[in-house]
Amino acid sequence: MKKSWSHESKEYKIYVVLCLILGLAIAAAGLYALQKLLVPKYMRGVVEGSMIAEYYESEVPHEVLFLGDCEVYENISTVALYRDYGISSYIRGSAQQLTWQSYYLLEDTLRYETPEVVVFNVLALKYGEPQSESYNRMTLDGMRWSRSKWDAINASMTEGEHMADYLFPLLRYHSRWDELRSTDFEYAFSRDRVTVNGYYMRCDISPEGEFPAPMPLADYTLPETSMDYLTRMVELCRENDIELILIKAPTLYPYWYEEWDAQVRAFAQEYNVPYINYINLRDNIGLDMSVDTYDAGLHLNLTGAEKFADYIGQYLVNHYELTDFRDVADVARAWEDDILFYDELRDAQNAELAEYGELRSWGANAIEN
Amino acid sequence: MLFTSLPFVIFTAVLIAVYYLLVPRNERWGLLLIASLAFYFFADPRYLLFIGVTALTAYVLAIITEDYNAKRKAYLKANKENFDSDSKKKYKAVTARVSRLMLVLALLINLGILAATKYTNFVIETIGAIRNQEVNFVNVIIPMGISFYTFQTVSYSIDISRGTIKAQRSFWKFLLFVSFFPQLVQGPISRYGDLSQTLYEPKRFELRNVSYGFIRILWGYFKKLVIADRLVIGLKTLTETPDEYRGAYVFVVMMLYAAQLYCDFTGGIDITIGIAQMLGITVKENFDLPYFSKNIKEYWNRWHITMGTWFTDYIFYPLSVSPTMLKLSKWSRQHLGNAIGKRVTVYISCFCVWLATGIWHGAAWHFVVWGLMNFVVIMASQELEPLYAKFHNKFGFKGRKWYSAFEILRTFLLMSSLKLFDCYRDVGMTFRMFGSMFTTFNIGKLFNGSLLEIGLTRGDYTVAVIAVVIVFLVSLYKKLRGRDVREMLFERYHLFVLCCVVLFLATMVFGAYGMGYDASQFIYNQF
Amino acid sequence: MDELIEILKDLHSDVDFETCTTLIDDKILDSFDIVSIVSEVNDRFDVTIPAKELVPENFNSAKALWDLISRLEED
Repeated sequence: MKKSWSHESKEYKIYVVLCLILGLAIAAAGLYALQKLLVPKYMRGVVEGSMIAEYYESEVPHEVLFLGDCEVYENISTVALYRDYGISSYIRGSAQQLTWQSYYLLEDTLRYETPEVVVFNVLALKYGEPQSESYNRMTLDGMRWSRSKWDAINASMTEGEHMADYLFPLLRYHSRWDELRSTDFEYAFSRDRVTVNGYYMRCDISPEGEFPAPMPLADYTLPETSMDYLTRMVELCRENDIELILIKAPTLYPYWYEEWDAQVRAFAQEYNVPYINYINLRDNIGLDMSVDTYDAGLHLNLTGAEKFADYIGQYLVNHYELTDFRDVADVARAWEDDILFYDELRDAQNAELAEYGELRSWGANAIEN
Repeated sequence: MLFTSLPFVIFTAVLIAVYYLLVPRNERWGLLLIASLAFYFFADPRYLLFIGVTALTAYVLAIITEDYNAKRKAYLKANKENFDSDSKKKYKAVTARVSRLMLVLALLINLGILAATKYTNFVIETIGAIRNQEVNFVNVIIPMGISFYTFQTVSYSIDISRGTIKAQRSFWKFLLFVSFFPQLVQGPISRYGDLSQTLYEPKRFELRNVSYGFIRILWGYFKKLVIADRLVIGLKTLTETPDEYRGAYVFVVMMLYAAQLYCDFTGGIDITIGIAQMLGITVKENFDLPYFSKNIKEYWNRWHITMGTWFTDYIFYPLSVSPTMLKLSKWSRQHLGNAIGKRVTVYISCFCVWLATGIWHGAAWHFVVWGLMNFVVIMASQELEPLYAKFHNKFGFKGRKWYSAFEILRTFLLMSSLKLFDCYRDVGMTFRMFGSMFTTFNIGKLFNGSLLEIGLTRGDYTVAVIAVVIVFLVSLYKKLRGRDVREMLFERYHLFVLCCVVLFLATMVFGAYGMGYDASQFIYNQF
Repeated sequence: MDELIEILKDLHSDVDFETCTTLIDDKILDSFDIVSIVSEVNDRFDVTIPAKELVPENFNSAKALWDLISRLEED
């Protein structure tokens, strides 16, 4: 029928324009759907890639914000902090979160709320250079677009990475068509919760073992880049009347050198911020590393994370004027839901442990292949 | 800048938008010049110097030649009565000599630059090898696309000298002819007479041009990203450790490379011609279904056409019909008999052409040998033709469908074998590997999963095979219907748009680009 | 003209050179044939066809070729 129209006629022009508009729409929709389908979902096994985005779903205010790597998101139970002290907190942690990523996540968080206290775990200070593309993606892909995300990407890209791959993740992940799993379809447009306010729960137990002896380093100076970003973090907190606390989580490995400790201590003194190294306080916390860790001492399990939360929570309520949100009805209701989720998660994990002696739906066993 | 790099895509998209939306019709060629120079500038500002010198010399010498010839001709006409036939001839000879001098000057300069940049290290290496000495390579820059633009410029100078085209009087317009950016990456080699027809004229936005061009670009990217850049991964493994992959693997290399090279090269040309067409410019076709050729001569009339005709017009013909050759032809016919004598000069010229073709393809001996092998095969098929003819007549094969299919397959395999020189990049190795196909029987190995260990997954093979089938069907459509699929689609514009969308999405998903895939340069990029 | 047809027939006996006008376009004559023709013409007509005249327009038909030869003879 189209042939009968003269190419100069008005009808033909309308037809062409309609085709083009429709074509553009289909192309855009197709790109969107394909991108949703092809990006990694981080819903099973390696769930760390889902953590950063989950923050935006939280509806309660957070007076305490934790920043850092697995030494915060696996070691501190946000629910214990609430249950025992009424502290409403969030852990914006992610795997191998680098110092500048923590800084930009703080910037990002400030677009939504201003916490009273920010707690930064210092382990990542040892990295002065971007480390790995996959960890970059896990931390950065979850951030909403903002100037902070742009800057974070620019500061984090390793060799061979491009901003375009972050702007259009399809460019990066298109080759996953060959490895799509059922979860990719299931979670193309919606995600499950993987943390409780940023806390990643593990209930299994694997007692702390021997760690390899620390390697002597050629240079113990903490890199200038990460220290600069730490300084910027201090300044950003000052500008926003936020109390910054530096901590070193009580886990022993990766090794935290005395020399590094001294430098952070000096920094803390110079900028007048508290620095607490919990490695020396393991007994005070009450950690029993034969039962409080799930991976031979690298990270704490639920019991460990609750003990550590108790201890750190005591410090927080002693030193800062924090609201007891148990008395704030709206917030308390939301937290009750979180506690419910938390308890169910714990029960489910314990049930699997009782049945199989190990976790099947979480951690390394749950990785789809 | 590679065709497949994001900056190139953005550069081109912005250019086309600005071209039609912001620039008045008559000034559009000017924008193309700016874009072309910018393209060069961002690659390496020094390149501008090279292309500038080449363009300027050809431009100036062309005008001098044309003006001089015109003046002499006018003088001759005005003073007709003063000339007898003899003095007229003499006068004309002087004119011709001067114009030839100009040409020689132009060729010396421009081919000189080409030789100095591209072949210095080749010569040093060869001399070193002959003397068995360590060599020190010199650090010369090789401007992007120098072979292509030099050949375009040389054809211009020769055509001016022959008087078959009119000299371009605007330097900037001429510079655009030399530097027109889509052609710089891998050709085609345009002639001034062809390209100038549409390059400078005022361009209107025409739906057909823009649509054809657009789908052609998508098609080019599809072939290049989905097939060529995917197969290159496997080819790399197979050819970089040749001793592990002998025998039947060599056949696999032949097949993969035939598909890879075709898709890479024609894909690149599609992108070039597509961009030009979107800009309203007609660029000469460079391929005409080469893999459907029934003999090697036909193949070379259909593969990299603009290079073939360049060598025919500017080397083969002039050499064959030069007075010396004609004399030689006469002599050999008298002394060697008509049958052989007739061929002597043709073969000498043909030899020179293929030697030059080999060298043009790259500054390396395997290219030279590859070129000469083509010559040998062409000569052999020429010599065997009477024999074939007899054979055909006797059995009545000619014209039968299955026999045509056989001829096509035979030519395809022959040409794919010759391409092995390009795969292994070493003359001795190529012969060894080719031989191993007949001495090492390991076909079974191909099916024990070893082909999944060369960097290509089952999924990769599936996608590549499906894509190759699509490319084949599209070619077959053209072969049988005599027109492109896009012309058929254009008549049903909604289908046309749908095909664009599908091609685009398929390339985005199945293209072998980005992390995990090494950005592979166009094979012809170094030329 | 007859002599020219004879030269052409020598190359391809099965082509009707009197009427065909697409000798190049239909790829009946290839570059080898053209060179043969040039050298034959050179022999029999004492005309040298220069390289610049080796274009499709001059070789697409016997008539075009004959016109070319006549033109070159005049010069």
